[in-house]
Parts: sequence; C-alpha cells; structure tokens
Amino acid sequence: MKLIIAIIQPHKLEAVKKELEAVEVNLMTVTNVLGQGRQKGHTEIYRGAKEAGGLLNKVRLDIAVNEDFVEPTIAAINKGARTGGVGDGKIFIVDLHECIRISSGERGGKAIG
Amino acid sequence: MNSGDTAWVLTATALVLLMTIPGLAFFYGGLVRRKNVLSILMQCFIILCVISLQWMLFGYSLAFGPSFHGIIGNLDWAGLNGVGMAPNPAYAATIPHSVFMIFQAMFAVITPALIIGAYAERVKFSAFLLFTILWSTFVYDPLAHWVWSTGGWLKALGGLDFAGGIVVHVSSGISALILALLLGKRIGYNHKPIRPHNLPFTVMGGALLWFGWFGFNAGSALAADGIAANAFVTTHMATAAAGLTWALIEWWHNGSPTILGAVTGAVAGLVAVTPACGFVNPMNAMFIGIMVAVICYLAVAVIKAKLGYDDSLDAFGVHGVGGTVGTIATGIFAQKSINAAGADGLLFGNVHQLFVQGLMVVVTIVFAVVMTFVIFKVVDAIIGMRVEENNEVMGLDLTQQSEAAYTVIE
Repeated sequence: MKLIIAIIQPHKLEAVKKELEAVEVNLMTVTNVLGQGRQKGHTEIYRGAKEAGGLLNKVRLDIAVNEDFVEPTIAAINKGARTGGVGDGKIFIVDLHECIRISSGERGGKAIG
Repeated sequence: MNSGDTAWVLTATALVLLMTIPGLAFFYGGLVRRKNVLSILMQCFIILCVISLQWMLFGYSLAFGPSFHGIIGNLDWAGLNGVGMAPNPAYAATIPHSVFMIFQAMFAVITPALIIGAYAERVKFSAFLLFTILWSTFVYDPLAHWVWSTGGWLKALGGLDFAGGIVVHVSSGISALILALLLGKRIGYNHKPIRPHNLPFTVMGGALLWFGWFGFNAGSALAADGIAANAFVTTHMATAAAGLTWALIEWWHNGSPTILGAVTGAVAGLVAVTPACGFVNPMNAMFIGIMVAVICYLAVAVIKAKLGYDDSLDAFGVHGVGGTVGTIATGIFAQKSINAAGADGLLFGNVHQLFVQGLMVVVTIVFAVVMTFVIFKVVDAIIGMRVEENNEVMGLDLTQQSEAAYTVIE
C-alpha cells in the first residue's frame, strides 16, 4: 500500500478528480494549503508597502491506494494537473503501514478502496 | 423652528453614528489580523456607549456650555440641564437644542474612535477605556469649545472648520502619532506590512464611511439648505477625486492599483474636505481631493516607512495629515460667495485667512501632543497601556475579551 500526496494548482482540482475517477480512484482527502516552489511565492502591496515572498495557494490531495493503483493514479494526476509551467506542483509517494476502515474494522488492502 | 431642518439633522445624526459602527469598525477591523478583529469592533462599539454617556453627563456642557473665558464650557448644561426642545439660537435657531446636542454627540464619539488605528493590536482594554474617557474630556471637549462654541477663542479669531477637520481629524490624528511613538511597534513589525485579514471588510467599512460622511459634512450646515447641498456635493467630489488619485499613484509607483489604496484615498479625501465643504466650490473640492491623496500617499507609503514608527492603521497618515491639508486648503479655497458666514481664502485675496488656519493647526497640534503625552503617562502608570507580550502574540480577542471571531473547526 502507498500513500500518494499530491500538491497541485487549485484550479486543476476538478480536472485531476475527473482523471482519477476515470481510473477508478474515488477516495481522497483534499485540503487547502500554502506553499512556494521555484517561483518563490508572490508579492503583495499594502498602502505602498511591498511584501515579497507571500505563499501561494495550493491544493493537497491525500490518496491511499493498493500497489496496482499507484501508477494509474500518478498518470491521472499528471494528466489532470500539468500545464508545463512552474507551479504545477509535486507528487510524493510513501509506504503505508496499515489502513483501517473505522465503520467495519476491516484492515489492509480490503479497507483501502 | 423648521421641521425640514430638524428632520435632516436627525437623519444626519444617524448617518454619523453609522460612520463609527459599522463604518470605522469594519474599515479598521478588516485591516488587523484575524486574532484582533473583535478587539477593534469592541473598541468602536464601547466608545459609542461610553462617550455618549460622557457627553450627556458633562461632555456636552464642557464643549458647548456657557464659556469660561473662551477656554472651556462650564457645567451649567451637565446632565443636559436646560438642553431641551427649544432651539438654542446661538448654535442652530431652527432645530431643537437637543437635536444639535445629539448630532454633536456623534462627533464626540467618532473622534477618539479614529485614534484606535494607531494603537490597534497591542493595547489593554482597560487602559484603552480610561485613555478614551480622559482624552475625550481633556482634549476633544476643550478643542470643540475653542473652535465651535459661542465664545470659543479660535472661533473668535475667525478660524474656519465647517465639520471638524481640526477638532476631529487633526486632533485625533496627531494624538494617534504620539500614541504610536509612545507605545512602540507591534511585535514582528519590521518595516514590513502586517497583512490585513479581510480587505472586503475594509472596503465595506470605507464605503459606509463615505455614505455616513454626507451626514457628517452636509449635516454640519444644521439646516436643510443651500449650504448643506454645497457641502454634500463638495464632499462627494473631493472623495471621488482622492480615491481615483490614490489608485493612479499606486499604479504608477507600484505597478498595480489596489482597492485598499482606492478606499484609503477616498477616506483621505473625506477627511480633507471636512473643514472646507461648506466654504468651497465643487471644482476646488476636487483639487483638495487630488492634493490630499498625493500628500497622504507620501505620508503613509514613503515617510512612515522611512521613519519606522508603527501607526498600525495609519490614523495619523490619513486623519492627521489629511485634516491638516484640508484645514490649510480651507484658507486657500474658501469663498464668501459660497457661504456668507465664512470668509474668503488666499485665492480670493485674503492672505489673513490662511494665516488663521495655519495658527489653528499649530495650536491644535501643540495642545493635542502635550495632553496626549500626559494622559498616556497617567494611564500607563495606573494600568499599563500595552498588553503583555504573550497576550499580544495570542491576540487581543482571546486575551482581552475571551472570544474568537472565526472558528476553524466546528
């Protein structure tokens, strides 16, 4: 089992969701996050005072999948989120020790999807 | 007595109330961080409660009561004794005396509320309360007496202040600067802006200020007449000019016109036209608006950054500087053909008026600086003006009021 963490542009969320649904990845947790990458954030101006380095709005997806679904999920996120420019985001993949469905107590691969 | 005049001044009174809450409260409330927004709303709200009562008990009598040598009113009208339904011809012959009193009450309320902008996000509530009552009694009431009351010494000199450029804006603005200097910077303020938590609040508050200001300025005619109409038009045009000018300056200077800039410029325009609105024509009001936007922009965006004091929400930069610009401009652009009860300014051949206006500014600044310094030291000694460091970091909403504006988790 793997936990896939994707940081994407907020306006790409709908496209990514559509691509994930197409490969039957339907379960995810979505949060609003702030971050910066190579573009080093942005500049805001308040009454003539400049503040550089403001963090940008991003969306984070947390998706837990069985091994078979790892590559399709990555492909779906890439397809939905990519514009080819800076700020498109990142995908991180980490091993997942355990997964428990609270309603039934099921564990492991059965509980994940 | 005139029913039209009475109806208008009563309406204008309600409009001026709207300037403090929710106008100023949200204008300032949006500019602070989310942990302090309720402290601003609370300060504005409580000032309305406390100063209204102070005004009834003794403030009105000190400001407008029978004069003691032009310096201060005596206490003959304390508790509104004798301030009833019959007009007081010395102030307004066509409306009940009580209507004049309650209209003026709203001015007494908003003036200390303007100062909040200087000490926002770091003042103890108890100290704020004591400071406000003392400041209102020992700074606002005497100044209102000098400039507006029958027998006031600045009025006797011929100083012009139609709706409170001196009494309201210069006095609160310069006091704000002294407070910002005495109180010191907010933790974390290092020549970098602290980001406003809700600019839509600020825009809504600023728009309500514009709306309410028609009552403030046109209501100051104390009649539903041609002077009120002129004040209404000049107020509007100066504000429009200042809002646009500020946005254009930003566009040129920083690359983007901001809504915070436009609304700040509009408020600066409102401030500057306040002393002038009943004495100048609409074209000159527009020039006043353009002028004040340029000067206040320099004060807020350039000079404040250079000097490094933390006037949190620019109470000095907008109200102190804007009020001074407006008071001087009144000495330039005032014309008797607009208002026979006024005077001609520099442009109409009367150098003397400019001198009198300058004198009023200097007197007000000296008086407000000295008194604010003394009152600050007294309150600081008794209560302590500034909150503890950990309270400031946690925010005033939680530490002063035990409540939070926004929940993150249900």
